Amino acid sequence: MGVTAKNFFQSYYKKDRLPTVEYPEEKSTVNQYSRNFPFLLYDGDDPIEGMRCIACTLCELACPPACIYIIKDKDENGKPIKRPVVFDIDLSVCMSCQLCVEACPYEAIRMDSEFELSTANRFEGLMVNREELLKSNEYYHEIHPIEAQVTDDRMAAKAAEAAAKQKEREERARLAAEAKKAAEEKKAAEEAATAQAAESTEATVAETAEATEPEVEKIAPVAESPQAEEQQEVPAAPETAEAPKPVEEPPQAVEVNEVPQAKEAAPNLEEQPKKPEGSAEAEEPRVESDNSGEPEKPE
Amino acid sequence: MSTIEAMPPRGYSVNKDDLGADILEIAMGPHHPSTHGVFRMDLKLDGETVVDLKPIFGYLHRNHEKLAEELTYPMSMPFTDRLDYLCGMTNNWAYALSCEKLIDIEIPERAEYIRVIVAELTRLVNHCLLVGFFINDLGALGTPLLYALREREKILDLFETLSGARMMVNYFRFGGVRCDLPDGWLTECKRIVDAFPAFLDEYETLLVSNEIVITRAQNVGVVTKEEAVNFSLTGPMLRASGVNYDIRKVDKYGIYDRFDFKVPLGAHGDCYDRFMVRMLEMRESLKILNQAIKDLPEGEIMGEAPKIFKPAAAEAYGRIESPKGELGFYLIADGTNYPYRFKVRPPSFVNLTALRHMCIGHKVADAVIILGSIDIVLGEVDR
Repeated sequence: MGVTAKNFFQSYYKKDRLPTVEYPEEKSTVNQYSRNFPFLLYDGDDPIEGMRCIACTLCELACPPACIYIIKDKDENGKPIKRPVVFDIDLSVCMSCQLCVEACPYEAIRMDSEFELSTANRFEGLMVNREELLKSNEYYHEIHPIEAQVTDDRMAAKAAEAAAKQKEREERARLAAEAKKAAEEKKAAEEAATAQAAESTEATVAETAEATEPEVEKIAPVAESPQAEEQQEVPAAPETAEAPKPVEEPPQAVEVNEVPQAKEAAPNLEEQPKKPEGSAEAEEPRVESDNSGEPEKPE
Repeated sequence: MSTIEAMPPRGYSVNKDDLGADILEIAMGPHHPSTHGVFRMDLKLDGETVVDLKPIFGYLHRNHEKLAEELTYPMSMPFTDRLDYLCGMTNNWAYALSCEKLIDIEIPERAEYIRVIVAELTRLVNHCLLVGFFINDLGALGTPLLYALREREKILDLFETLSGARMMVNYFRFGGVRCDLPDGWLTECKRIVDAFPAFLDEYETLLVSNEIVITRAQNVGVVTKEEAVNFSLTGPMLRASGVNYDIRKVDKYGIYDRFDFKVPLGAHGDCYDRFMVRMLEMRESLKILNQAIKDLPEGEIMGEAPKIFKPAAAEAYGRIESPKGELGFYLIADGTNYPYRFKVRPPSFVNLTALRHMCIGHKVADAVIILGSIDIVLGEVDR
């Protein structure tokens, strides 16, 4: 009896016993660690330009209820751009599990804590597209301050590392190009015949490709899918090989070499978010996942 | 009444058995508030006494096991939260445990401690809810339940801070846990754990020696020791019948061998014992929590888990003592990314098999509290 009376009276004046909030007029604060649905992040002012997402579809593959739908953007020549043209999330299917966030190697997708999502339209209303999903980094800092800071720090560290690698790679590429040039000149001097010269360039291409191979893995993927014409151009390239140029070449060579291995790993991509080549191979898993009968996404 | 029986209507001689009208069949549920979800009991009643009972379930079937065969191993983790949706953490643990048996992963100390802490908090959450609803079923509508829910809410807030969600936590990973404890979490946890005995004391004052609770719950739904074992009951239900079997003590999974705690046992196997076993288990959980919080080491929270979870062809059965009983995941791996077979051994489903046996001979109102004392969650029963 005493306990009941105590609880009864306390519930009228004790601050922590008055948890009810008059909702529409007054909103309780959302826990900064809470999550409900994913959103996309962008840096800077322009949502499309600053989009962090590169449409690698790792989140699409990692999503257990398959509520993410991505189509890669293409420029006017039909060349794929590292950006999604369609990025839809069906919030009525999403189960807020956060696996997409863990899968993303570019810190591009994060969990929102927005809860006022009611809509009059049951199907299209909960199908959010790229424009609705894109939110600024400032917004992220607002809703998850601690997590956002950690993310920013990690990205800064990554960028610094990448810059250092880039420098190193440029340096090495320059040295390689110099060595190559010297070899060229030497050989050209020795043998004037054009056929023989072509042979030697081929050999050097293989050399440079080999030399730069390990670095390529670590950099953010710059490689587009290998194009037949470009490959044919390669033998001609060494003549003009300056410092920045080799950066573009080796990835192609490497990619050609690595295709079988990458293909094998393709279905598991969702589990290796730290491996940036995944994005270069993004086309592969897409096709496979379509074939393996994943649940159809409502359009 | 007696006068009517003494004087049957003139000219009629009615044999009750010939008429067959005394047996009343009632479908109790699936939308009955006492069934804790979409569960139906087809009762056959003689007056108010239950003569037969047929549990009917499957209304919440979500194809969990088949679904998991179509998903890679890590992708099934969020689905396990939804089995027994009151205890996401322990479900996660059972699944992580069986997957960790498939491949050899060393789990860091800190992760093990965090696992124990969250699992014991889950036990508190579950038992709070159970005793609250049990008293609710007894007819004390609202108040005692809300006292229990109030305590549960604090722990759910802890879970939200830790994992981002109150119930669908998705917090465990193969080889550890998803993220480290946020700043101040442990202090908050300690505060709640320290304040918890006060709630238990209050609750016990109100209910344990309450005359109504005793009359309604004692000697109702008795399961003897032998019957309990034969029904494969596990968890608090089994222990209420006096069988000393707690997987935390038997298997010593995780680091449970390091903690000093007792396993409360009942003597009669009735509803009151099942209620009391849970009340006492909460105190034991608090003991474990206090030790774990005190000893929590610094360090890594994730072991050396492979990037791609692709176990060799093997099978594994990982089981834990979930708040409801033995929760096990039986996995058959065939060397691919997907499990060949994914079987859940849900405690509340197995415990439910004893329902008919326990209810027969009791009144309808007792059937409600017997069901309440089993502690079922339909998400887990139907999967």
